[in-house]
Amino acid sequence: MKKTLALTLLFAGTLGAVTVAQASDVRARFMSANCAYCHGPDGKSRGAIPSLAGLEKGYFVQQMKDFRDGKRDATVMQKHAMGYTDAEYEAMAAWFAAIK
Amino acid sequence: MAFDRRDFLKVSAGVAGAASLGTLAGCAGTGPAAGGARPKVVIVGAGFGGATCARYLKMWEPKIEVTVIEPNDAFTSCPYSNTVLAGINTMQDITFGYDNVKKVVDKWVKDTVTGIDTAGRTVKTAGGATFAYDRLVLAGGIELMFNAVQGYDAEAQKSVMHAWKAGPQTATLRKQLEAMPDGGVFVMSVPRAPYRCPPGPYERACTVASYFKRAKPKSKIIVLDGNEDIASKKGLFLAAWKKHFGFGTPDSMIDYRPNNMPRAVDPKKMMVGTEFDDVKGDVINVVPPMRAAEVCGMAGVRLGLDGKEGPWCAIDFRTFESLHVKNVHILGDSTLTNFPKSGSVANNTAKMAASAIVEMVNGREPDAAPVVTNTCYSATGMGTAFHVATVFRYQAAKKEADGKVTPPAMIAQKGGGVSKEESELEFAYMDAWAKNVWADTLGLPENFNFTVKMG
Repeated sequence: MKKTLALTLLFAGTLGAVTVAQASDVRARFMSANCAYCHGPDGKSRGAIPSLAGLEKGYFVQQMKDFRDGKRDATVMQKHAMGYTDAEYEAMAAWFAAIK
Repeated sequence: MAFDRRDFLKVSAGVAGAASLGTLAGCAGTGPAAGGARPKVVIVGAGFGGATCARYLKMWEPKIEVTVIEPNDAFTSCPYSNTVLAGINTMQDITFGYDNVKKVVDKWVKDTVTGIDTAGRTVKTAGGATFAYDRLVLAGGIELMFNAVQGYDAEAQKSVMHAWKAGPQTATLRKQLEAMPDGGVFVMSVPRAPYRCPPGPYERACTVASYFKRAKPKSKIIVLDGNEDIASKKGLFLAAWKKHFGFGTPDSMIDYRPNNMPRAVDPKKMMVGTEFDDVKGDVINVVPPMRAAEVCGMAGVRLGLDGKEGPWCAIDFRTFESLHVKNVHILGDSTLTNFPKSGSVANNTAKMAASAIVEMVNGREPDAAPVVTNTCYSATGMGTAFHVATVFRYQAAKKEADGKVTPPAMIAQKGGGVSKEESELEFAYMDAWAKNVWADTLGLPENFNFTVKMG
């Protein structure tokens, strides 16, 4: 009985973790897809706007912070960087870093 | 006799007993689809909203059976259509096939929707077909209300173009401008906000002026604006008009007239009537007032926040589902939001809706607080461009200190705004934006050969 309960709890716990991971994944997936209209589908640009696909995670996050803080010059990107949180930079960075 | 799914399901549940209950819940559309049942999504319209939504639904949840109903053979882009009027690009440069969307969806139906039954969850087409749905996505753009302008009847529409839906209208207006003699007058109008593409009319004044400057320098443009002032990117447009077209001097190519809503057109006299004036032109281009697409009217979702009939469709920002009619999602220009009615927004709201639909058909909660952006470029016709960019963040309904409830909203974040000035660099970015948003909407391959020119 105890064993069953423990197993059930373990199972429920795992499910809970999966749900949380999935929810944040879904959020990162949309936030990254949101970039496509300027940076190209999957972050692969067809023009003068830089591609995001495959960028190293730390580099991506640093650029967003630099845009936000006005340390890197930009036409558009400061406006976007100011609207997202550091955690959201990280989530998008991880997403784009994973694209080959 | 109409096929009644619910009666059918009741019978099957009764016969097969408890085992069918899961299926019953699944087919109710709001819960997860159980077993082998594939959730059916019908998308009406394949513009920036509909085509994007179809692609992303199939990418993120292949089990969804996606049907797209679209009357046109090809996608013609409204963004960049003002460059066609200027002779910078041709219709061919802004027209794209649907091949890469057709490839990924389950059914592509070239037809026009004639009826929507949101209680029975079916869509009927002019071709006589009926499509059942679990979730319906309406991406029909705008309906132009010609009746609001006296004399703008079917006959007048043969010679007076709106060119506010890119396609044959754009091509005809270009021909009219080409045929106009040097020294002629082009009369164009701006509808009252909110309307599709807020900076579009002022950009049109720029690109047509750039054409006149090159080819017909004695010509004039009269802009009749239904608004009391320039409704979008005002400082940037005024600066461009001054810099390139003599605005503010006696020789100005552009004659801007605020508070001049067109009330009547007379194509025989080539006259546009406003409350104050009758304005004569050699080419007249009147954009009538607009509202959410015809298909939104058919579905009965042109309802404001209060549930009363209105021009646009109130939606839940987390899902783009109608606030008042279940299982009907509305995208892009048809929605009642504080977003600009831009191609970028249509493309992005399509992905928000797709993301939410994928979660809902799997019995999960959609993102509770989405963040979405708009970036919108305008061209001067003189090799430069400028933009507006905004990040919007969801804010749930709030009870204020005084007890009043603030409804859910997408809050424009600090830092958004417009370019400092027009530039060639931004024109290069505008070119990249166009190619990328077309690629994202239509699934164009990486080696796609764009022919659009930068001016």
